[in-house]
Amino acid sequence: MTDLPTDSRLIDDYKHGFVTPVDEDTVPPGLNDDIIRTISRKKGEPDWMLEFRRKAFRAWQRKSEPRWAHVSYPPIDYQAIRYYSAPKSLAYNNGELDPEVKKTFERLGIPLDERQRLEGVAVDAVFDSVSVATTHQKMLEEKGIIFCSFSEAVKKVPDLIRQYLGSVVPVGDNFFAALNSAVFTDGSFCYIPPGVKCPVELSTYFRINAAGTGQFERTLIVADRGSQVSYLEGCTAPMRDENQLHAAVVELVALEDAQIKYSTVQNWYPGDEQGRGGIYNFVTKRGHCRGARSKISWTQVEVGSAITWKYPGCVLEGDGSVGEFYSVAFTNRRMQADTGTKMIHIGRNTRSTIVSKGISAGESVNTYRGLVSVLPGAAGARNHSQCDSLLIGDRCSANTFPVVESENPAAILEHEATTSRISEDQLYYLQSRGIDPEAARSLIVNGFCRDVFKQLPLEFSVEAVKLLEIKMEGSIG
Amino acid sequence: MNDADSTLKIAGLRASVGGKPILNGVDLTIRPGEIHALMGPNGSGKSTLSNVLLGHPDYEVTGGSVEFRGRNLLELPTEERARLGVFLCFQYPVAIPGVTVAQFLKAAVDAVRGRGAVKAAAFLRELREGAKFLEIDDAFLNRALNDGFSGGEKKRMEILQMMMLRPSLLLLDETDSGLDIDALKVVSKGVNRLAGPATGMLVITHYERILTHIPPHFVHILVDGRIAKSGGPELVRELEARGYDWVREGAAAPPAAPGVAP
Repeated sequence: MTDLPTDSRLIDDYKHGFVTPVDEDTVPPGLNDDIIRTISRKKGEPDWMLEFRRKAFRAWQRKSEPRWAHVSYPPIDYQAIRYYSAPKSLAYNNGELDPEVKKTFERLGIPLDERQRLEGVAVDAVFDSVSVATTHQKMLEEKGIIFCSFSEAVKKVPDLIRQYLGSVVPVGDNFFAALNSAVFTDGSFCYIPPGVKCPVELSTYFRINAAGTGQFERTLIVADRGSQVSYLEGCTAPMRDENQLHAAVVELVALEDAQIKYSTVQNWYPGDEQGRGGIYNFVTKRGHCRGARSKISWTQVEVGSAITWKYPGCVLEGDGSVGEFYSVAFTNRRMQADTGTKMIHIGRNTRSTIVSKGISAGESVNTYRGLVSVLPGAAGARNHSQCDSLLIGDRCSANTFPVVESENPAAILEHEATTSRISEDQLYYLQSRGIDPEAARSLIVNGFCRDVFKQLPLEFSVEAVKLLEIKMEGSIG
Repeated sequence: MNDADSTLKIAGLRASVGGKPILNGVDLTIRPGEIHALMGPNGSGKSTLSNVLLGHPDYEVTGGSVEFRGRNLLELPTEERARLGVFLCFQYPVAIPGVTVAQFLKAAVDAVRGRGAVKAAAFLRELREGAKFLEIDDAFLNRALNDGFSGGEKKRMEILQMMMLRPSLLLLDETDSGLDIDALKVVSKGVNRLAGPATGMLVITHYERILTHIPPHFVHILVDGRIAKSGGPELVRELEARGYDWVREGAAAPPAAPGVAP
């Protein structure tokens, strides 16, 4: 291999690549019925939870790993992975937080101390397999909003969990969802009562720390009738030579007139320039617009991970319900992203919007894969899809695989796609106004992503712009 | 900075595109306060000259020098030429989708006038004032730069950029082409506001019309990549009357020195 792009700045700029020295309570590597029982016991779960896991495990055993995505990687040895890891000094309920863990989140810009907590954002912090702290509890409780770690929710509101867990992504939905359902260790649960508009952004920050572990978190958000919530998810991991598996499941349920906005900035460690290390991000995210006029909006900014396999979708069952998907996926070096969405129109007059912006640099492969499906009963359904790809350099590639199926002749479906490069003329024009080439490229790329960035909550949008700038540095092949 | 520093001295400039010579030894001096018009038939190299002065990557300089404020412009990247005070009003400005006029101009103003030199509030005030002066609706400032703009809107936007960046050397590349009379008046008004003892200007055009709004001190005629004839404003009328063939026939004769009437 010669003449690789000298984009070592990117690695230096993976500021989240440090490891926290904490004693971890782990289980031996491997996956079997005993491990599942151990995880369930460690978490003090009721029998129905254990049964949910075992059912998922049996489904997983019957399934094989999906191979249709436009990505390639060596076989994963699922028996070599540790499925549980938690900071030892953490007591699950009322324990004091390990100072090292607390420091880690502070270093990541997420203060967990109630006194320094982030303005207008309630945070659930997940460190390896467990949730370590949730801020703003009291204020949320006054509104009747439940926002806590998944483990806590299983104990506190078992009926809600039993009612909704696996109701959007069934245990046997796909290989990775089944794996997650069997071994998931923590995550966030959120319930917004009828008519309540959540006054702060809810946020979960996922941090992988331990080596040789996978992270399998579970998020479940239920927005009851007429309620509204905006939820943010952030992720980082240390730089390690090995690949680490992250297989999350996110389920969203919106009842009548409810609205859920789910935003992600995914910055898992992408691996080095030879493609060593990095996170395998194999995630199942799905929203169910169960009630009439409900709305679920996904916004994702994917700038990390060695491999991304992720299709946040919406099942539009309620009449007049709305699904949205706004995505920026940036790949560099040897990163591979296969991401997109599924919009399933079931109810009448359901509408969906897809805006996907893929940016590939280095030797990366960036693929949009989408499905828009209109069922026979979805009279008056509409979809608009816009999929744009931007190539930086000449060793990367971009692919678009849109699938549109309509069983209702009255549906209106539009699809637009473009592939472009940053033109010399655009660069020259900006340079002729004094702007240096790097800033010019960054301006052009941010402009390209604007329709997505403007969907993010303001502070997140500023973060996303900065993050992309850092990722862009030195990526010019 | 004294005025002599801001004198543009082009000497023996040669340039080609795709191996084809376009400029064949251009000599031209523009002092601060002077307005020069550059005319010439299609393909004579007028636009090439302006793009070579800014450093367009498609043009290869094969000889000569361009001095401005003590530097050889030809050795500088485009953005540094702009920061020295050179501004080109493009004939065909490109669109930058998703980047608003205000956002772009803030980046440009920070780059040219110095980061932090203009505070956000002062910047916005100046931008709105400039837009009003050029009869540009405020809504344009939040639209993506040149994206879906008409020809006239693009040209006004170029002049707005010029006003914000305050160049000491202005190059207008056929800014008048495709403009109706009202737009031409507005554009000229912007240019004339910048005109003064500190600013040199090169107005590249096919037509007399813009020169009645921006009266030049000197007129040059470019033929086959060389200045074939130079003179005062009266040259414009002569050209209108006799056409370029008249100049071509005389092109073999040595050109007159800039600023000296024939």
